[in-house]
Amino acid sequence: MKDKSLGIVETKYVTLAQPPKELELESGGKLGPITIAFETYGKLNKERSNAVLITHAFSGDAHAAGYHKGDDKPGWWDSMIGPGKAFDTDKYHVICSNVLGGCNGTTGPSSVNPKTGKPYGLDFPLISINDMINVQNKLIEHLNIKKLLTVAGGSMGGMQALSWLINYPDKIKSAIIIASAIKHSPQQIAFDEVGRVSIISDPAWNEGNYYGEETPASGLALARMVGHITYMSDESMMEKFGRRIRNVEERHKFNTGFEIENYLHYRGSNFVERFDANSYLYITKAIDCYDASEGKNLSEALYGTTAKVMVLAFKSDWLYPTYQSREIVKSCKVAGVDTTFCEIDSTYGHDAFLLEIEEETHLVKHFLEKVVQAN
Amino acid sequence: MFRYIRELEFQTICNYIEEGSSVLDLGCGDCELLHRLIKNKNIKAQGIEIDEKEIYKCVQKGVSVLHEDIEYGLSEYKDKSFDYIVLQQSLSEVVRQPDKVIQEALRVGKKVIISFSNFAHYRARLQIFLKGKTPVTPSLPYSWYDTPNLHFLSLSDFIEYCRERKIKIKRKTYLGIKRKAYLFPNVFALVGIFMISQN
Repeated sequence: MKDKSLGIVETKYVTLAQPPKELELESGGKLGPITIAFETYGKLNKERSNAVLITHAFSGDAHAAGYHKGDDKPGWWDSMIGPGKAFDTDKYHVICSNVLGGCNGTTGPSSVNPKTGKPYGLDFPLISINDMINVQNKLIEHLNIKKLLTVAGGSMGGMQALSWLINYPDKIKSAIIIASAIKHSPQQIAFDEVGRVSIISDPAWNEGNYYGEETPASGLALARMVGHITYMSDESMMEKFGRRIRNVEERHKFNTGFEIENYLHYRGSNFVERFDANSYLYITKAIDCYDASEGKNLSEALYGTTAKVMVLAFKSDWLYPTYQSREIVKSCKVAGVDTTFCEIDSTYGHDAFLLEIEEETHLVKHFLEKVVQAN
Repeated sequence: MFRYIRELEFQTICNYIEEGSSVLDLGCGDCELLHRLIKNKNIKAQGIEIDEKEIYKCVQKGVSVLHEDIEYGLSEYKDKSFDYIVLQQSLSEVVRQPDKVIQEALRVGKKVIISFSNFAHYRARLQIFLKGKTPVTPSLPYSWYDTPNLHFLSLSDFIEYCRERKIKIKRKTYLGIKRKAYLFPNVFALVGIFMISQN
């Protein structure tokens, strides 16, 4: 696929919300300055009307597509973003930024607190999904873009797209919400809590004060192992690993070397290299506390919205089951919002939104063409 | 021949629908009808379709479609959400509980357009009467073992149903092989198209 790739891309940085114009957080506090890491692909047209905002999932970052210099792995949604792809960079100007609270360039708990000169750690305020999109909005304003063609994302990225639809309905022409939910179910919160407790119980976590010292690597790796189980499905694990045994590493007496064991350990240790434990805590809390309906009927918040909506779900996704996507669809129907919904027959589980490229490409591509024509 | 009737059916339904109105097509298939209505009558279109393969075709045509069950999908709408609700061959083919769906359609839409193949066409009657076999006709071109039809009804059945349920028939068109059928429609019409509303 390298031939259809964007080639070498770079992450850019901008610092906004400078005091005294700090970002007002949903929790009531203020935060600023905020540095935002973002990447852009494809040209912005003269009318500045072809901008697409990609919102990333829990562990994603601003590097959605193309290659960083020296890397042999592309960005996390490279199969969907690029010349001729679903988000066609020959037509659209694609923007992706790291979320607030993240650890890949945007201000988060591992960033330096300008007041103390040390990393925030737990002094970082609690943040929400709405705070994340308010930061994205500041970036869009900074880039002098009045209206986005679409905001698109999967999982937590879908929550952000939904949040844009509710909070900035006049600033977007459409929203693409993939494998997402209005709010987390107890089951989803439960898995997140296991991850958080895993980090917090690691002695190295030290109340979040581990920067410059030993990090809570084993706690974070374990949290990620649990996460990866929830991203797959019984069928996809069976297909990918079966009960095959390979490379028995002497981790402990009971390690058999099942491929699935090795895979989870690999994923866990890999994650520790690139992700901050405190960001894990802050972001999962933001996801768990998010409720797009704010305890009311979501359809009321969507009433009168002229933006077009596409909702996609995957049959084998048990972390964000189809019924959660259907709840979004139902609210759109009641509110009279122009909506398209498809449940894609996939066996990949929640990971499907990163893997079912052919189906997603077809749906997204034609949907965006319609949105453009509706100008 | 089957195609020709379908084309007449499309044209008739298109003629029933007013310019600029909102239309919900239940069991929209590949959204051919809605696509035509958008182009010719500038309607606000919404389709509902259960077959995933058809969803991709609808999206390709730029029509908004929901991948869901008709019965379930319809119940979520508020009263009078659409000017028209269309059930083109869906009543006999995909709806399990026709009475419930018609009542729901009348709640959600101001007018409901229903088309179906007439089971009492003379060719069907002859095949049952003379051959003692389940009929195969131009509008019902399937054998018993691979038919998409769940229900078989005649024009008279439907008219009687509307009378019993106090449903108003606002317009009706009967189609023969190549043109409209006027004389003894329950014997000579292959397809019936009705526009109904709550009384």
